[in-house]
Amino acid sequence: MTTISADLRAATTPGADTELGRRSRGDMAFRAVLTLAAASIPVLLGFLIYELWSGSALARARFGSSFVTSSAWDPVAEQFGALPLVFGTIVSSLLALVIAVPLSLGVAIYLTEFAPRVVRQPIATMIGLLAAIPSVVYGLWGIFVLIPFLRSTIFPGLKSALGFLPLFQGPIYGPSMLAASVILAIMVMPYVMSVSREVLEAVPSGQREAALAMGATRWEAVRTAVLPYARSGIFGAIVLGLGRALGETMAVTMLIGNRHEIAASLFAPGYTMAAAIANEFAEASGDLHLSALTYVAFVLFVVTVLVNAGARLLIWRVARGSGAGSRAL
Amino acid sequence: MNRREVRRFKSRVMTAAVMACVVLAVLPLILILGTLIMRGASSLSLAFFTKMPVPAGESGGGVLNAIVGTLLMVGTASLIGVPLGIASGIYAAEYPGSRLTWVVRFVADVLNGTPSIVIGVFAWTWIVATQKHFSGFAGAAALAILMVPMVMRTTEEMIKLVPHSLREAALALGYPRWRTTLQVVLMTGLPGIVTGTLLAVARVAGETAPLLFTALGSQYLVTRLREPMSALPLTVFSYATGPFEEWHRYAWAAALVLILLVFVLNIVARVVTTRASVSHG
Repeated sequence: MTTISADLRAATTPGADTELGRRSRGDMAFRAVLTLAAASIPVLLGFLIYELWSGSALARARFGSSFVTSSAWDPVAEQFGALPLVFGTIVSSLLALVIAVPLSLGVAIYLTEFAPRVVRQPIATMIGLLAAIPSVVYGLWGIFVLIPFLRSTIFPGLKSALGFLPLFQGPIYGPSMLAASVILAIMVMPYVMSVSREVLEAVPSGQREAALAMGATRWEAVRTAVLPYARSGIFGAIVLGLGRALGETMAVTMLIGNRHEIAASLFAPGYTMAAAIANEFAEASGDLHLSALTYVAFVLFVVTVLVNAGARLLIWRVARGSGAGSRAL
Repeated sequence: MNRREVRRFKSRVMTAAVMACVVLAVLPLILILGTLIMRGASSLSLAFFTKMPVPAGESGGGVLNAIVGTLLMVGTASLIGVPLGIASGIYAAEYPGSRLTWVVRFVADVLNGTPSIVIGVFAWTWIVATQKHFSGFAGAAALAILMVPMVMRTTEEMIKLVPHSLREAALALGYPRWRTTLQVVLMTGLPGIVTGTLLAVARVAGETAPLLFTALGSQYLVTRLREPMSALPLTVFSYATGPFEEWHRYAWAAALVLILLVFVLNIVARVVTTRASVSHG
């Protein structure tokens, strides 16, 4: 194929007044149009970074790096510190992973190692549907179904069983860090599950067969032969889920309680970077407030780009050669 | 129990544990869809689709403005995002050696992982701040930016799946390269590209965050993209977080409509590929 098109290109030098020459002008125009379209995407990203950077100039000049270490957020006094937002974003995302990762891994292991062939696709499709549900619908369900359930059943149980830990002390609110984490866990689960599944499927079946031939039980084969092989890819899937969780906005906004505070208790309300932007941007009280929120967006952007790049690197390492993992990204 | 039985027992316990994970993972889907239908379906009526919202306390309104807004903004976003995504996808597949391809792929991955709220802030600084008013167009632009990388990557993947022999046959028959690409390669990959595009449309149709401070929302029936505009996800958000019982019922009904829209797009997307693969044998 390459030689043929190379020959064609050689035969169709631009400007030659032949039929082939005219065709090559068509090809050049075609390539020009495509190049323009393709080049517009990096230009767009450059513009995005520039806009976020210049939009946050005011806040950067005023607060500098103390922006992410200060907890004051007072639009009236024009004091802005994003530490509670950074804290809330990290805690809610990590907690979501603590809940979602064992579940997703369990599902992925079941689907690749244990499930009868007929149920694999239906189960994967159903869990995939979770990823299609809009974030705002999760938020709605969270407010009216999940929070009442957590507040009446799960939270009191946690408090009486684990109340000696500071994490589970204090008054039980409905909207809280823990409620937001639970909804986030449901939302990132399909992503972690589907990438883990691709990674597990990329493990050569020789690995399993060797373990089984040595007399391992099926679970021992999974634990000793399959999981170690897929380890870095699974880690990549988890980091990818982290990237999703960090930027998730609507459901978290509706469930986390939106309070600029750092609380030890998971029952207390919190705030995240994305939620603060969603709540305050349209009604920002002045240029500095807007600039501070743009600064938050810039930080969020940088963090998610780094996290996603790390995830891709990890998945690429395990899936190198097999091509798995690349489609999920 | 001897050692062998312990190991077998452990294997059985773990099998049961991963099956329990499946049940726990599927449960939220069933619960969410179940509540949506139970609480939303009773409020669905013809009026819900054809009437405008009424002030709090009155009953019998609808969400016509949100439906129109969603269709207009998603339509506009598709008009911008789909051609751009497909063209750059073709570029990446046709010129895999070029340095621009490498850059575009990398940038598309970065944009794909960017939180949609950040795209919203970008659309605000770019369009709303310079025009000094909220507009449906700003919302559509934000949605278009979300669509481009998704459409681009699907197009690239689908074109790469087209067998080289098809392309060679067309070139050997004397087709110029651009016609080979458009009429042979693109047409062969089309079902997959349509699927990817529909999934991208479904995904942005449910987006709320990038519309919050671009389209803003509106109580009026707005058909001009220069004005602030409502959308179904925005309606769900404002009704769900509002204080009135009546609003909450509308929120459930609007969410049900939204999810039906998203799921129908998903199903159509899948049908397109299945039918195409059947007809190709």
